[in-house]
Amino acid sequence: MTSTRTALAGMAIAAVAFTGLATPAAQAQDGELFIPLLTYRTGPFAGSGIPIADGMRDYLTMLNERDGGIGGVKIRVEECETGYNTQKGVECYESTKSQNPLIYNPYSTGITLQLIPKASVDQIPVLSMAYGLSAAADGKLFPWVFNPPDTYWDGASAAIKYIAQQEGGDLSNLKGKKIGYIFLDAGYGREPIPLLEQFAKDYGFTLTQYPVPADQMQNQSSQWLNVRRDRPDYMIMWGWGAMNPTAVKEAAKIRYPMDKFIGVWWSGGEDDARPAGDGAKGFKTLNFNGVGQDFPAIQDIITHVVDKDLSQVSDTSRVGENLYNRGVMNSFLMAEAIRTAQEMTGKTVIDATDMRAGMENLDITAERLKEAGMEGFMAPLKLSCEDHSGENDVYVQQWDGETWQKVSDWFAPMKDVVRPMLVKAAEEYVASNQPWPERKEPCN
Amino acid sequence: METLYLVLIDPFVQMVQAPDFFLQVLWEGFVSGVLYALIALGFVLIFKASGVLNFAQGIMVVFAALSLVGLTALGVPALLSLVLCIGIMFVLAVGVERMVLRPLVNQPDIILFMATIGLTYFLIGLGELIFGGEPKTMVTEQLLLPTGSSDLDVMGGFLILQHIDIAAAVIAIVMVAALGFFFSKTRIGRALRAVADDHQAALSVGISLNQIWVIVWFAAGIVALVTGIMWGARSDVSFALQIVAFKALPVIILGGLTSIPGAIVGGLVIGIGEKLGEIYWGPLVGGGIESWLAYIIALAFLLVRPQGLFGERIIERI
Repeated sequence: MTSTRTALAGMAIAAVAFTGLATPAAQAQDGELFIPLLTYRTGPFAGSGIPIADGMRDYLTMLNERDGGIGGVKIRVEECETGYNTQKGVECYESTKSQNPLIYNPYSTGITLQLIPKASVDQIPVLSMAYGLSAAADGKLFPWVFNPPDTYWDGASAAIKYIAQQEGGDLSNLKGKKIGYIFLDAGYGREPIPLLEQFAKDYGFTLTQYPVPADQMQNQSSQWLNVRRDRPDYMIMWGWGAMNPTAVKEAAKIRYPMDKFIGVWWSGGEDDARPAGDGAKGFKTLNFNGVGQDFPAIQDIITHVVDKDLSQVSDTSRVGENLYNRGVMNSFLMAEAIRTAQEMTGKTVIDATDMRAGMENLDITAERLKEAGMEGFMAPLKLSCEDHSGENDVYVQQWDGETWQKVSDWFAPMKDVVRPMLVKAAEEYVASNQPWPERKEPCN
Repeated sequence: METLYLVLIDPFVQMVQAPDFFLQVLWEGFVSGVLYALIALGFVLIFKASGVLNFAQGIMVVFAALSLVGLTALGVPALLSLVLCIGIMFVLAVGVERMVLRPLVNQPDIILFMATIGLTYFLIGLGELIFGGEPKTMVTEQLLLPTGSSDLDVMGGFLILQHIDIAAAVIAIVMVAALGFFFSKTRIGRALRAVADDHQAALSVGISLNQIWVIVWFAAGIVALVTGIMWGARSDVSFALQIVAFKALPVIILGGLTSIPGAIVGGLVIGIGEKLGEIYWGPLVGGGIESWLAYIIALAFLLVRPQGLFGERIIERI
């Protein structure tokens, strides 16, 4: 027994010593572009977090392998595991911010909300790509926060607009309809509620809410029994992680018409629909990125990263899946912002301040998309001093039992209605978070 | 007045007006209750033998289910994977006894509880290392478990019965009966009860504490495997399942930590109670009350029976 304990103690000491040696504190180095990635490959949300992390990492690795980085400067990527936990996410931020990071991608609305006040103080931009605080799209009040290509309010307006199209095209056709909203009962799921409630008043439909607490993600039979009783004409979902496949299964179980069940873009992973088998056929979600491998940039990832065993994807077939491509798009936006900043400043090694300007001046045209091997992958995107979101076009995809199929044209969210609400919400946020720093950053 | 009507009258009016839906709610509550009871059973078995609340029961559910799906993904036939998983749970039981329980014998219960927390994180890490964090689909059909559903015409409406839910109920009942028989009628079962009553007295009459612990952890492992299969078939197999396992806490508060029948009855009371609460009273406060309602139900029962429904009433003279 003594020898066993001694051996175990020895192993523990060796493990601690090895860990200490194996993870030297990474320090900022001259001549590099440092991008920390706040990811989650573990925990209840790993099913959604892993493909996004793979896509983000692989695109940046591909740029390093194929082009030697951006503008001849290598990108250093460092992942920090958050487990989708806000506290851990903030710890990741605090532990890496001294290394001159260019930008942060929180990949959690909860973490984003914590980082927003820090962004302008630490002067490090935050990119919350189609998540986070919708009001942060107002660049005048949130100069360090970016949420392209769409905010959650844009997403909610797009879902309502699509439902109106299904009902004949006019928003007045929504009068008297019942729309159910099932959502993860967290900052993420609650974010679009003010807009949906306002729309319910404006367009005369009834909005019924079905919150799913995080500890009930895999136990949603109550919510769906309520849906069966209430019989909404349409269901909108804001789900994430394990909530999505369970919701799709439960919807199929109560025989809810799947073509009237529409998820936000974060509910559209292959692993969200696949487990329900044939029952998931017809399930729809919004999307703003291409799905599949038929894009030159994705092919380059396969050639330069996956085939060289530099990727963490479990299987090459997973490259091109929806959430993987979402991660690719996220890194593409960052890479384009770096290019823009390099062109604006004439420097190849930029800092976070340059990166902020690069994000604000993003102008990804159709020509640029083609040049980057991303033609048809996303809608052209242009940000500005005032508009940090772009409120871009989206489309609707539908699960056919095997893959996602694009079933609508690209269409714009209800920008004219949403924008004034965003501006008002931004002013209210700032008013309730005084003292809020006044924008001093120039509009280039 | 209107509030009183909404709270005290309207839910019952709804039940009468849509009796088929009311039956569906009861059925869903019953199925949830059976599954909660299965998880609670794992807690109770280990608590009975060692006085430890096994914090690792939730991750054991995930680990067992992941092992099954992982082995099948490697090309092992599902039924053989099931047998191998039973073997894995035995190895885990031996490992826990040798490396966690035995070195901590005679330590305060809180130390053993802390050790099970450590075991939880070890199994999370090991599971993620071996199987990755991606959700997996349970191999329901390969395990010859039924899929699909049947509609029953009842009271002018219909009742949807998922075949996997029926199977879960049947398997849970068989399992509980088998465990009940094992622990009440066999020599090992009597030894377990002796250990549960008094470790030192049991040792003095020649009962091997180590052997009992292995048996109990193995039994809890099998319960975890069955629970993982059933929950995995209802949603998917991911680390989120371990959160569901904590639904067993109000069940064991209600049923008593040492009672197998308590786990069953407690599971059913919580399962049906929380469904009725969420469906008929939840909308009054915006829904989403299920996660805390279970604890309210358990605490309400405790006001009447502090030892739980089937827990032992302990009177100590001082």
